[in-house]
Order: sequence, then structure tokens, then C-alpha cells
Amino acid sequence: MLYAILCYNSEDAVGSWSKEYHDETMARLRAVNDKLARQGRLGPVARLLPTTAATTLRKGRENLVIDGPFAETKEQLLGFYIVECSSLDAAIETAKELATANPGTGSFEIRPVAELHEHTIGQKQQKPAA
Amino acid sequence: MNDIGWIDGVLGAARPQAVGALLRYFRDLDLAEEAFQEACLRALKTWPQNGPPRDPAAWLIFVGRNAAMDDIRRRTKQVPLPDEAEISDLDDAEHAMAERLDSSHYRDDILRLLFICCHAELPSTQQIALALRVVCGLSVARIARAFLVGEAAMEQRITRAKARVAKANVPFETPGAAERAERLDVVSAMVYLLFNEGYSSRREEAEQRMKLAEEAIRLVRLLLRGFPAEPELMGLLALMLLQQARTAARFDAGGTIVLLEDQDRSRWNGAQIAEGLALIDKAVRHRRPGPYQIQAAIAALHARAARAADTDWAQIDLLYANLERLQPSPVVTLNRAVAVSKVRGPAAALALIEPLEATLSSYFYFHGVRGALLDQLGRRGEARVSFDRAITLANSPAEAAHIRQHLDRLERKSS
Repeated sequence: MLYAILCYNSEDAVGSWSKEYHDETMARLRAVNDKLARQGRLGPVARLLPTTAATTLRKGRENLVIDGPFAETKEQLLGFYIVECSSLDAAIETAKELATANPGTGSFEIRPVAELHEHTIGQKQQKPAA
Repeated sequence: MNDIGWIDGVLGAARPQAVGALLRYFRDLDLAEEAFQEACLRALKTWPQNGPPRDPAAWLIFVGRNAAMDDIRRRTKQVPLPDEAEISDLDDAEHAMAERLDSSHYRDDILRLLFICCHAELPSTQQIALALRVVCGLSVARIARAFLVGEAAMEQRITRAKARVAKANVPFETPGAAERAERLDVVSAMVYLLFNEGYSSRREEAEQRMKLAEEAIRLVRLLLRGFPAEPELMGLLALMLLQQARTAARFDAGGTIVLLEDQDRSRWNGAQIAEGLALIDKAVRHRRPGPYQIQAAIAALHARAARAADTDWAQIDLLYANLERLQPSPVVTLNRAVAVSKVRGPAAALALIEPLEATLSSYFYFHGVRGALLDQLGRRGEARVSFDRAITLANSPAEAAHIRQHLDRLERKSS
């Protein structure tokens, strides 16, 4: 079974971390990532840009483009795509295509990706030499 | 492992919102700060064992308010002290409290707190120092270091600024749209000044001052989260991120400042550039251009050029022309002249800046740019006069050294 593990936290609190604490935490996380990758259990890992860079497409009779992240509490995260887009407009167009294919209620939050590490599940990575 | 590292982050992040809300309750800056301080002490005592509350800011506001009320009662001795169990039993109260605190108030609380720091009678450096102390929670020692002054002097500066601010009558009602827009303008300008204080032409200073730029970025992020559809806030954040992205390339190994066109672009921060460009994309969709958006767009054109030679100067010239229209200023025209010289040559650029001589005669950059243009036109004698004038007006040894390079080149050409 594949599991997605979604990371939630207050971005303001994470943004207030001291550089030392940030680096320490990233090093600890990297150790976990490396272990999973060696075992061939790790898929893609992404860090997203802050929500201030987000745009939301709200589905409806007419799609509505809203600045900011998805903020409703009555709908749940059901899935996600990672898509290469040349611009925000292109990303919104892609989200509209998805909205046409799956009309009605719901939203698509469009968040630029800050970092993407692509690992392949089932492919055991060797410990780097030295 | 540093177990309380996360608590510092949570307290720091909650500070603007919590102090802003406490100020709304008590209408007194000192009292609001003391109440927050007390709440932080209690958080440091209880959070390591109990874990963080679900809504840390609401917890801090609630606990801070109770502590301060308690203190006021004790001092006035009119009302008996409440049962200790009543205030320390927070688990049940916390949830109800979080529900009651209308989150839409928060953004106005934060904006008001920043706006109060921007009191028109305070010189801008005092506005900035006050905001760093009250809103960002930086220690006086840290602020003093960033401004290269003694701690006692900075303490006095902040105390004076607070006294001035205490007498100001800032309304505590929820502001109307026009008032909110005005506050955002004033606060944005202060935060951009704060950001620019983070810049320095000397490397040792730049390292001390980096914190200022980081705090400015944090504040705009905070404002933008509260007002997510404001294109000028998007533009301001983008502008700061795109400038900040160049930090690592601004000095060479010897600590000498490296000009934009000579910078090693591989040392620019890619994540900050990506975020800046994403924000400009968002802002543009609103079709309400403003000065920050235009300046961000100019910074973006530099960021997009892989090499200095690839810079789209024609587009930069157009953007500066727009900026001149929105915000006429001789300094903007001077900046535009650099773009014009690349697109239409030094003579056109010189014609553009000659009329500015009277207004900018004591401005270092004016004489630097003028000298460089005259040099390109082969008018070496006049160029030398301009460069000499620039050196006498230089604000730092680095600026003077830069102009001296021009003069040396002139010497080599004429010999």
C-alpha cells in the first residue's frame, strides 16, 4: 500500500525558526528520508512555497479564482497533482481543465513547489560511497 | 536535540497577533507587552510538558489577558483575587476562547499595531526600531547591534518613541475600507524602509543587518496572509525576495561590493527568486499596477536574465517610465537613465538626467551615473569632474572605492 504523508504546521512558526534550528531539523528529516530511500520505499518528496504564493480555483457554475490558499474546513483533501506549468495562468488553465472533467463542488489549490526530490519506489538506493 | 526550539518559533510567530489583540483589550502598549510577556513565561513552563495548545495565539491572548487583569485587580485591591484554579484550568476554556475570538479581527489588530509604530511625528528610524521591538519582539540589544548604536542609546530611543505613541489617538474600532487602505500604505512604506536598512555597502555591517531584512519579509508575509488579495503587498513581498535573493553575491571574497551586472548569478537564491516570480504572476492578474509591483517586475527581469548581457533593458526602460508616471521622482528618472543608456545610448540617457542636476546635486549616485555616461561619450574631462564630486559625496568607503575604479580606468585611457 502506498501512503501519502502530508505535512501541516504553522508556516509563520516555521518561518520564525532560527537558522540553526532550521538546519538541525532539516538534517534530522534528511536522515529519515535517506533511510526510506535506501529501503526503496520513498516516492517524490516536495516542499511547497508559502501559502502567500497560493491561488485557489473554486469550482461552481463559474470557476472563481481566489488569492490565497484553500480555506474551507468542510471539504477534505482528496488528492494532488504535480504539474509543470510555464506560468500561474497556465496552472490555472490546467486546474480549469480538471474542474471541467470533475464539475460541481470543491476547489483546487494551486501552490508553486519550492523543492522536489524524485525518488522511485521499489528502487533501492545504495548508500553513497564515503 | 533542542527541545524548546519549536516553542521560540511558535511564540515569535504568535507575537504580532497576540500583542495586537491585547492592545485592543487594554489600549495600552506597555500593558499589552507585559501581558504577552507573562503569557510567554507561562507557556515556557507548561508547553514542554503538556505540548502546545491547538491555537497558540488564542492561548497566549487568553492567558495574557487574565494575567494582566489579575495584576490590575491586585494593584487596585478593589476586587478579591480570583481562584488560582480558575485561571490555570485552561483546557476547557481554551477551546471556547478560540471560538469566540473572531479571526477576522486579527488582521486589523496586526495592522493597527504596525500602524501605531508609524506615528507621523516619529523619524523613520524610530518607527522602525519601535516596530522591531514591539511587533517582531527583537531584544533591544539585537536592534542596537543592527543599527550600530549602543544599547543604552537604543533603549532610550525606543522608550521615547513609545511615550510619543502612547499619546496618539489611534481608533480601536474596526477600520473602514479607506482607512484600512491608508494604514496598509503607511505600514508598507515603513516595512520597506526596514528592509532597506538591512542593506549595507559593507560586508560586516551587512551580516549584522541581515536580520532587519528578514524581519521585514516576515512582516509583509504576515500582512499578505491577512490581506491576500492586495496586489501591492504581493509586489512588495516579491520585490524584497528578489532583492534578498542576491545577498550571497553582493560581496566578493575581499568584502568589496559587487555591482549587479558583475555578480555571480549562480550564487543567487533560487527558492527566493521562484517565490518572487510566483507572487508577481499573482499580482499581475489583478491589473492594478502600483509602485511596488513595478519595481518587483524590474527586479524580476534582472532575476530572469541568466547573464547580465541577457537583461531585457527595453522592458526595464518601459517599466521605469510607468513608475515615473505613477510616482514621479528624480531618483526614479536617474534609475531609468541607466536602462535608457543600454537601449538608446549614453547621449539619450545624459539628456534625460541633465535637468535633474539642480535637485540631485548632492546625491552620490547622480554624479556616479553622470560620470559613467560622460565617460562612455568620451568626454573624459567632464567625467573626471563628476567622479570627483561623487567621491566627496560617497556614503561609505565601498562607494568611494567603486568610483575610484572609474577614475583609474579614466587615467589608463588618457595615458
